[in-house]
Amino acid sequence: MNKQITVTVNGTEHTLEVEPRLLLVHMIREVLNLTGTHIGCDTTSCGACTILLDGKSVKSCTILAVQADGKSIKTIEGVSAEGQLDSLQEGFHLNHGLHCGFCTPGMIMRATELLENNPNPTEEEIRWGISGNLCRCTGYNNIVKAIQYASAKNRGVETASTEPEFV
Amino acid sequence: MIQCKTSKAISGMGHSMKRKEDARFLQGKGHYVDDIKLPGMLYMDIVRSPYAYAKIKSINSEEAMKVPGVVAVVTGRDLEKYNLHWMPTLMSDTQMVLPTDTVMYQAQEVCAVIATSRYAARDGREAVRVEYEPMKPVIDPYKAMDANAPVLRSDKEGKKDNHIWNWKVGNKEKTDKVFDTAEVVVKQHMHIPRIHVASIETCGCVADYDKVNNHLTMYMTTQAPHAIRTVIALVAGHVGLTEEKVRVVSPDIGGGFGGKVPVYPGYVIAIAVSFLVGKPVKWIEDRSENLQADSFARDYHITVEMAGTKAGKIQATRFKVLADHGYTDASANPSKFNTGLFSIATGSYDYDTSYMEADAVYTNKPPGGVAYRCSFRVTEAVHAIERITDRFAFEIGKDPAQLRMDNFIKKEDFPWKSPTGWIYDSGDYHAGLKKAMEAIGYDELRKEQAEKRKKGELMGIGISTFTEIVGAGPSKDFDILGIKMFDSAEIRVHPTGKAIARFGTKSQGQGHETTYAQIIAEELGIPAENIQIEEGDTDTAPYGLGTYASRSTPTAGAAASIAARKLRDKARKIAAYLLEVSEDDLEWEPGKFSVKGAPEKSKTIQEIVFAAYTNHPQGMEAGFEATHYYDPPNLTFPSGAYICVVDIDKETGAINVRRFVAIDDCGHIINPMIVQGQVHGGLTQGIAPAMYEELIYDEDGNILNGTFMDYLVPTAVESPHWETGHVVTPSPHHPIGAKGVGESPTVGSPPAIVNAIVDALSPYGITHMDIPVTPYKVWKALKDKGAI
Repeated sequence: MNKQITVTVNGTEHTLEVEPRLLLVHMIREVLNLTGTHIGCDTTSCGACTILLDGKSVKSCTILAVQADGKSIKTIEGVSAEGQLDSLQEGFHLNHGLHCGFCTPGMIMRATELLENNPNPTEEEIRWGISGNLCRCTGYNNIVKAIQYASAKNRGVETASTEPEFV
Repeated sequence: MIQCKTSKAISGMGHSMKRKEDARFLQGKGHYVDDIKLPGMLYMDIVRSPYAYAKIKSINSEEAMKVPGVVAVVTGRDLEKYNLHWMPTLMSDTQMVLPTDTVMYQAQEVCAVIATSRYAARDGREAVRVEYEPMKPVIDPYKAMDANAPVLRSDKEGKKDNHIWNWKVGNKEKTDKVFDTAEVVVKQHMHIPRIHVASIETCGCVADYDKVNNHLTMYMTTQAPHAIRTVIALVAGHVGLTEEKVRVVSPDIGGGFGGKVPVYPGYVIAIAVSFLVGKPVKWIEDRSENLQADSFARDYHITVEMAGTKAGKIQATRFKVLADHGYTDASANPSKFNTGLFSIATGSYDYDTSYMEADAVYTNKPPGGVAYRCSFRVTEAVHAIERITDRFAFEIGKDPAQLRMDNFIKKEDFPWKSPTGWIYDSGDYHAGLKKAMEAIGYDELRKEQAEKRKKGELMGIGISTFTEIVGAGPSKDFDILGIKMFDSAEIRVHPTGKAIARFGTKSQGQGHETTYAQIIAEELGIPAENIQIEEGDTDTAPYGLGTYASRSTPTAGAAASIAARKLRDKARKIAAYLLEVSEDDLEWEPGKFSVKGAPEKSKTIQEIVFAAYTNHPQGMEAGFEATHYYDPPNLTFPSGAYICVVDIDKETGAINVRRFVAIDDCGHIINPMIVQGQVHGGLTQGIAPAMYEELIYDEDGNILNGTFMDYLVPTAVESPHWETGHVVTPSPHHPIGAKGVGESPTVGSPPAIVNAIVDALSPYGITHMDIPVTPYKVWKALKDKGAI
């Protein structure tokens, strides 16, 4: 039997009839057509499906849509207005923090909460902070740099050079 | 500093231009195959074998068909009616699409369930009942050739054993003679285990067959869309899907690394079902299916020997390989090269004697062999030569850096012919290693190590100085299924001076939309920002063999450069016409032609292009377009000098990679930011097999770590803070002097890490560790030696 739920996604309220077993990630991707949230595994290991649920980063492949009833969801599509970049997106762009882009939305959603809880993290804190999100392309150096860039920009201090240290 | 010939506004080669493709990925607007939703689309799920080797006694789909939403269960017997139950592999072998009677490896496709939703398809999958009669599988490749081993590929007429091929290269007699009389001989057996690319996006497709127009559009995760179209036509031409009726679209790809080169059964089943029902069919595998059934990499058992003098001169090498290929021939290579480019294993050293021999066998493991950021067996080769070089240095008590310096091919000796016949194009190995040693502070580290050893602490320094071989390849030697390994570029410049260029390759994150634009900007002076790059649609892009094996820059990048030069030649003619001077009186600088001695008389490239459409010389073809199919004259030989420092906790065996410096030489650099990014990523895919990743099978052929819970892809915590740099020796035969870089770090880094670990353990008589080197292996080795 389907169940009616109400969720607010990126500021818009939706009332949906869903199967109780429907995964939140499938609701986001296939019911609401917000395909920026990705699926990379079946064991809650990769973090490609990370979204914010009531402001907390969660892996949406391991939550049922019905568990999100009454809650607020933010996905990558809600991070900035179309055509504009927030400080994290800008940090990833300027520091080459993405290659194939598949893990990127999850990384950004995770990093969003990380910076909210810890506005000025050390490199080690960033590395542990994103250790639930796998990236197979970048080797993580530039993801760390991207998050440091956003941290500096959010705090209004000078951001480090975005030139590669490839000398 | 990298010198740039163009301004930042043009952003030709050498500029760290920010990537043009980023915007869509950053805002959730990437377009991956699972994002495609077509009207009436059906979903496919696959029933897979729990056994590594079994007869299928029956497949009962009765309960599955009762599941709401399930529309069909497709078996091998169903496909057999259309002769679609077998397919050729890219490696010139054959493979079941779906079995009719026997399964050959665990997780093999057994039958497919088609339904109106993803969930219904999965419910149907759970309801299918398959009765198996398990048989004793062949798992150990050394037992595959036993007289009593079952003949696995009995589908092949006359096949009497599990041997696939024997390959050899070099001079055996001469090599044996050097070994017989050498002052020093070192020998090491090693296993380069099975690993998996595990790109974060798995594989999948949407097959969309239109019955009315007899046309198939195949959206799929492929690194080689054009070759795939040809394969589809070869497999399904007899049912009407001839090549002009097939369009392959490779949308954004979430990482490839070689794993998205093969044709997997899932693609073919989806096509067959779409063809039969006339509706789009989506198949997206989950992670466990991806790890358990999709193409593996490596699995080489290598015995390597080195002969030399007591003073440290390398004189000869000898290699013996047993390749565990699984269910099909996994020599995922140009057809003439059974072991790919393994014969680069003679390394970066100046000696003239080597012999290599390899045998491949079938076992009951999944097929593949293509992948993991180096398909052509260079990783295996580099691991063997760099490990044995360290063993040799250890044996004669010489510093491994000095031993390498003493044996390197000198930069003035390029082009250099290797003992196995390759012509290395260029390199400066001494400069690379020197730069790496200075960057890491090699001499100080050795002093620190000596102090630590006195206190019983374990610290190791490991070096790898590798030579890569990429850019396949020259058509005289290189083909896949007979198709020569050229690649292509087509440039169209619009009247207003903006351009679109299309390629036969396909980016999976390498940044082609930026770097190809920079190459064209370099040659034509049109700002890279104004050049749109497209790949991956066989209806629009010129034919090419795709992106893998670090071949895009060496082949399609060269094609872009030459196509652009054809346009510059045309621009010169038009400029001469517009300026009323002879072509010889014109000078080119990026973006404009001017009259020699009268620089105020000039025409910009934009003015010239506009004239090509509005005021071209009579008799000249109008428009401003060019295409080039580039057939490289040689391969390119990037190189690198990597140094790793590790600290090991004696009590637990825990390994901490304290520092890692990578100096790469990939020739001229198109975009330093992207090259550095490629190196970072490749290094993490180097530490992965060195310390974490291995697909493990038990004796019954069960995979023991087929999910992301236990297959250890490094996170940001395991991945060290990489330190990178470069030296440049341009490729003399490549139009822009570039060599390719994507695979170098994955190829070059594992032996640096292992050499560092072994160096740390060497005071206890430990001379080798097989990868992945885990804390347990280290602890056990120390325990066995009585060190703890």
